Amino acid sequence: MLGRTLREVSAALKQGQVTPTELCKKCLSLIKKTKYLNAYITVSEEVALKQAEESEKRYQQGQSLGDLDGIPVAVKDNFSTSGIETTCASNMLKGYIPPYNATVVQKLLDQGALLMGKTNLDEFAMGSGSTDGVFGPVKNPWSYSKQYRERRRHDEHGDSHWLITGGSSGGSAAAVAAFTCFAALGSDTGGSTRNPAAHCGLVGFKPSYGLVSRHGLIPLVNSMDVPGIFTRCVDDTAIVLGVLAGHDPKDSTTVQDPIKPLMIPGEMDVSRLCIGIPKEYMVPELSSEIQSLWSQAADLFASEGAKVIEVSLPHTCYSIVCYHVLCTSEVASNMARFDGLQYGHRSGIDVSTEAMYAATRQEGFNDVVRGRILSGNFFLLKENYENYFIKAQKVRRLIVRDFVNAFESGVDVLLTPTTLSEAVPYLEFIKEDNRTRSAQDDIFTQAVNMAGLPAVSVPVALSNQGLPIGLQLIGRAFCDQQLLTVAKWFEKQVQFPIIQLQDLMDDGSLVLENGKLTSVSLT
Amino acid sequence: MWARALRVRFRTPLDRGRGFASKAGPQEKVQETGQGTHSPRLALQGADRVPAAKIEHLERLALVNFGSREAVARLEKAIAFADQLHAVDTDGVEPLESVLEDRCLYLRSDNVAEGNCTEELLRNSHHVVEEYFVAPPGNISLPDMVNKTPSPTAE
Repeated sequence: MLGRTLREVSAALKQGQVTPTELCKKCLSLIKKTKYLNAYITVSEEVALKQAEESEKRYQQGQSLGDLDGIPVAVKDNFSTSGIETTCASNMLKGYIPPYNATVVQKLLDQGALLMGKTNLDEFAMGSGSTDGVFGPVKNPWSYSKQYRERRRHDEHGDSHWLITGGSSGGSAAAVAAFTCFAALGSDTGGSTRNPAAHCGLVGFKPSYGLVSRHGLIPLVNSMDVPGIFTRCVDDTAIVLGVLAGHDPKDSTTVQDPIKPLMIPGEMDVSRLCIGIPKEYMVPELSSEIQSLWSQAADLFASEGAKVIEVSLPHTCYSIVCYHVLCTSEVASNMARFDGLQYGHRSGIDVSTEAMYAATRQEGFNDVVRGRILSGNFFLLKENYENYFIKAQKVRRLIVRDFVNAFESGVDVLLTPTTLSEAVPYLEFIKEDNRTRSAQDDIFTQAVNMAGLPAVSVPVALSNQGLPIGLQLIGRAFCDQQLLTVAKWFEKQVQFPIIQLQDLMDDGSLVLENGKLTSVSLT
Repeated sequence: MWARALRVRFRTPLDRGRGFASKAGPQEKVQETGQGTHSPRLALQGADRVPAAKIEHLERLALVNFGSREAVARLEKAIAFADQLHAVDTDGVEPLESVLEDRCLYLRSDNVAEGNCTEELLRNSHHVVEEYFVAPPGNISLPDMVNKTPSPTAE
């Protein structure tokens, strides 16, 4: 039952094959079994069971709220959840209990979804590995998959070679990949949803900026942050997006255009599509396997009659630099709110207000966060403001123009890699510092955030090592539905294999009635 | 009109950050004259080095300490990384603050929609008296403290 997609399990709930409480308990038991992944910071067991009970009543009375009623979901721990601790994986917010729900959380709950817990991340979502939070790193479920274990070299025994999930929303990715929930919310500022989705074999979706409310998402970079969606297939993402999208009076940056019900057609005419391949994304650091899958994917579109053309996004190489300046600058200003007075950690140093502020921030933030605050403040200094911050905003316009030009030349969707390589072992990942890592890992993803475009990472194949590889599709602003339609067609062609988690399957929790695993893959 | 509203909205978070900065304003001079002597290893030694006075200025603005030479080196690397931007020709290009710049931003009507949550909000603070957040004495500036109290990290 747990191996099913959201759509399938939703149908099973409606037909009474399973009750919300049964589903909830199965997920809770799997959360306990996979505790070693460190995917969850808080498991909201009581809340989930109570929600399941209410959902069950609705089903009994034939008054289910819709596709999400009774569906277990998880939420990244940087979304405010009323009455449930929200930490951002930082000492600064340990013990902080928000008095309200983020709009996206409220929308899920209003549809009857069951909140299983809050998922792990890099502190304040600053990172690309989910390794830099105070609750420790998240382990990629694929580290324990049959596919990876069989192909791994024999000298690598034991657990010391576990892989990172990518980040910063690694906990949400691991939670969905390990079948502990059917969908999860991440956030995506520079690739934080798409990157871990690629590393964990999931669909990771970043909506257009302005389509989904940020109210209650603890901000990293206000002008780029968006809530992201993790699911095991594109249809499921469409269901969740359908619930989340729309204007929120509490977020004035959400657009008021009427949102049509999201419909992803089963069939699409690919021959009318124009796929753009940005030539600047062909970088030497790109793994040859991903490069080859990327060109195979382009061929696939071409073989079905789509027009596939090379496009140029000439400012791509400056994008990550521009992102770095804008991100640290906004971080410096956003983090000013954490002073120990109104909420969050407060240092015991009490000699003066400023001493208390400084000590609180020293104790509350990790090196990465402090480093970004300091860099950001440097770029915002009176004498640097024009040279760095305004300069970066100008470069941002050039990057946005690159995309506009590509789309105006007739391209419908851009096809790119999501990451440079497959997931790497933790021990290898931590050899580089966070800034260097983020600059490498966000290379294909952050430009999309600067331009506010929708983008989705779709898992396409396993590498020679048996690890997932994702490719990214980028759409026109507010053409999220078209993008997901293309993504669904693409997903259907590539037939990505399901993760085989031997330990989890032993107790039969992933085995269906006919003894077969089902999911996005039909193989 | 609406464009202006949008501009204002997107400036706000930055202004808040600089709010911190302006508070520190009066101390700047004192800082810069009195610095550079007691931490010579941070002094400008090459084109990439950030002067010690600036390091301490940043620490005051950010209310965050570098804490180590490595952290300063990290800033220097971050600046060198950012310097690549100067290779881009941006003549005549307007800065972009938001991708929604060409859209109207809607403001809510100014009606009270919710409230009465004082107690809930106060509950998240470590120190309150009645309906007030309690701060330590506010009239002692940070530099005065530096030599008088042990560094919080040293504890």
